[in-house]
Amino acid sequence: MRLEARDTVSRAAAIGAPLGAVAVTLAICAVLVRWAGAPVFASFGALLDGGFGSRFAVTETLTRATPLIFTGLAAAVAFRARFFNIGAEGQLYLGALAAVAVGAELGAVTGLPPVVSFIAMIVAAALAGSLWLAIAALLRTRLAVDEVVTTLLTNFVVLLFVSWMLDGPMKDPAAMGWPQSVSLPPELELTKLIERTRLHTGFAVALGCAVAMWAISKFTTFGFEARAVGANAQAARFAGIHVDATVIKTALLSGALAGLAGAVEVAGRTSYVTLDMSPGYGYAGIVVAMLAALHPLAVVPAAIFIAGMFVGADSMSRAVGVPTYIADVIVAVSLLAVLVATQLLRYRIRWR
Amino acid sequence: MEAVLRLTGVTKRFGALLANDAISLSLQRGEVLALLGENGAGKSTLVSIIFGHYVADAGSVDVFGATLPAGDPAAALAAGVGMVHQHFTLADNLTVLENVTLGTEPLWRMRSQIAAARARLTEISSRFGLAVHPDAPVGTLSVGERQRVEILKALYRGARILMLDEPTAVLTPQESERLFATLQQFVASGLAVIFISHKLDEVMAVADRIAVLRAGRLVADVARASTSKAELAIHMVGREIAPAPVRSQRPPGAVVLQLEDVHAAEAGQPPLRGASLSVARGEIVAIAGVAGNGQATLADLLFGLVHASSGSLRLHGVAYSESPRAVIVAGVARVPADRRGLGSIGELSLWENAAVERVRTRQFARAGVLRRAQMRAFGRDLVRRFDVRGPGLPDGSGLDAPAAQLSGGNLQKLILGRALSIERGAADAGRLIVADQPTWGLDVGAVAAIHARLIAAREAGDAVLVISEDLDEIFALADRIAVMNQGRIIETRAASQWTLAELGLAMAERRAA
Repeated sequence: MRLEARDTVSRAAAIGAPLGAVAVTLAICAVLVRWAGAPVFASFGALLDGGFGSRFAVTETLTRATPLIFTGLAAAVAFRARFFNIGAEGQLYLGALAAVAVGAELGAVTGLPPVVSFIAMIVAAALAGSLWLAIAALLRTRLAVDEVVTTLLTNFVVLLFVSWMLDGPMKDPAAMGWPQSVSLPPELELTKLIERTRLHTGFAVALGCAVAMWAISKFTTFGFEARAVGANAQAARFAGIHVDATVIKTALLSGALAGLAGAVEVAGRTSYVTLDMSPGYGYAGIVVAMLAALHPLAVVPAAIFIAGMFVGADSMSRAVGVPTYIADVIVAVSLLAVLVATQLLRYRIRWR
Repeated sequence: MEAVLRLTGVTKRFGALLANDAISLSLQRGEVLALLGENGAGKSTLVSIIFGHYVADAGSVDVFGATLPAGDPAAALAAGVGMVHQHFTLADNLTVLENVTLGTEPLWRMRSQIAAARARLTEISSRFGLAVHPDAPVGTLSVGERQRVEILKALYRGARILMLDEPTAVLTPQESERLFATLQQFVASGLAVIFISHKLDEVMAVADRIAVLRAGRLVADVARASTSKAELAIHMVGREIAPAPVRSQRPPGAVVLQLEDVHAAEAGQPPLRGASLSVARGEIVAIAGVAGNGQATLADLLFGLVHASSGSLRLHGVAYSESPRAVIVAGVARVPADRRGLGSIGELSLWENAAVERVRTRQFARAGVLRRAQMRAFGRDLVRRFDVRGPGLPDGSGLDAPAAQLSGGNLQKLILGRALSIERGAADAGRLIVADQPTWGLDVGAVAAIHARLIAAREAGDAVLVISEDLDEIFALADRIAVMNQGRIIETRAASQWTLAELGLAMAERRAA
């Protein structure tokens, strides 16, 4: 069995490949659903209904998608330049912590107007993510330390740091002993996008960020250089691009996006930091970015799809008794299926 | 005569490219068959099918009357087919004897039959006059010696049909002569040889019969005695070759590039150890040398990729820049040997590749925002001026296609065009053009186009430095030829003052380090 490059890719095949991937995903997951003893079509119906079937379901899905868009963009921006930031989870927590530290204290201490505090809070969160990732970027450019290792392992350092902060300096005295931070003042919280739902303006900010990342990649010299470095760093260097500077700039941008994910979660949903505020948004962002083929605009539908699967799986589990883990399986299988489909779009299999 | 190898209707496609089109060919015992053709004509594909690296889409390969299973190099070896690749497949840290026996011994035997192997190797090497020391580490051998080890390896495994893929590409003229004599000995003792080449002279020197491939098709299969170089050339190219462009006789102008006793080291490459050289306006200086004598480091030094550790390196009398960007800004036109790895970014479009070297200049960006329309227009203009061809070019959607889709020759035209579009520096001081292996692997048409551009640049008063392993190219282009050997320029003369034999001797000369 061998792979052969295709000469041309027809439009029909280009559209059909992702649909085929979805079909394969559903077929594989149908086996598991059946195995769990539930009716297949009713279960998928419940999944779809729970994720997208009502006003409540849609707003819940979009609320869930908001941090995923940020972390998905963080991964997409970095991976495009072949800087493999696996540490969005840690950057998210640092962003959240910085947002609360600045947002909860600054206004109270200085008496500045809320607008100023709000901007300071957002900037602080972005900087926290940026600067933390800059360490890994500098290790990579100065000492050739692999960033996959450093960003992955420092996630655990961050979580322990956050744990210490929540049990120590930033502990909310009114939380009855629970390890959680003080809350943001209400005037710094994001307003709701739709009344009587949890969907907040952070979703609109996420959409804005996706458009901004797309524009940066396409229309700026930095975006061009980042794509060039990602595609062929040797040739980019030959062509006069400062590869190290591009990698560091990319890392600053990626870390800022992940930090924003934390700030938006705090300001839009939780209002304080806990150790379980992210069910792995940082890692899921990698899946989002891969599903989106690293395209900033495609990150939005990819994030909504994954959020919908998780939200839908919760209600499917209540309705037909299939464990919620099916959502993890669906997301994982769909990622693999999409990766295989994109390969098959470019290559055909020859059996000889 | 008996046919030891017979190809019947061998066909192989790579995507849209028909690499071999129904090729039928036979090889007789005691014969040297030359496979002649331009780069990309399908020669290497054909031998790779015989050896089992590739599986043919149609057709069969018979060796000594039995059909070889497709895609099985072990079966080809067992049937007596030996292959000497263009790029050697030897382990540098092992000795000659270990390299030759590697893979021939069963794993479960605890004691290797080293004494018997040594005796057999010695017997083979003395029978064919292939002298090498069995216990010398391969890393210490010269290129010619390594090739001998490759041949011994094939013979040790009982090859009766030996295929050599462009064996002279890495050899000096003298080493090539020696190889040809060895091949004559092989066929005299009953072996058969397939010899791949795109050089007419050596094919006429060594082959009994010549098969010419063009664009995947077998266009001629003739005995050497009944053909001529001119006839073969027409078969190979499919038309008459355009005459070389005329060049004026004129003295060179002011010195543009000056190297004095330059040392430089680069990871994984032989270093420069005191190179001195000058290139003046209106002349082409060619660096000749066997591969691996510091040419790659010299090229990377001039590209701005490595820095000199000592010595003086001057452009128009001022210190040479030390980063690729600064070298570009200084107005140096650069054409690297590795077109796909270094010269272009395959995933980016043609127009992005055309503009990439100057993407931060005011021509293509303002305040950090790309001027995409200007970049595209520049790319379109470059594609026209340098005759870059491909699907959708010059007027269709081809400009947006990834550069990886261009053929080697057209990609090289794009890279050369990009380099030559760099403005000459202030007050018409003459540019420096550095071209490393500018026509390596290209077909005759692309070679002619690129040579014409370099000669035109010389006529316009540029200083041109060409680094090449192709002596034909060197004699076609150079006003002066400098020989590089073990990191130094050991001799420089006007091109007319060199003979091929002298040049070969200078290239091969071994000096104390």
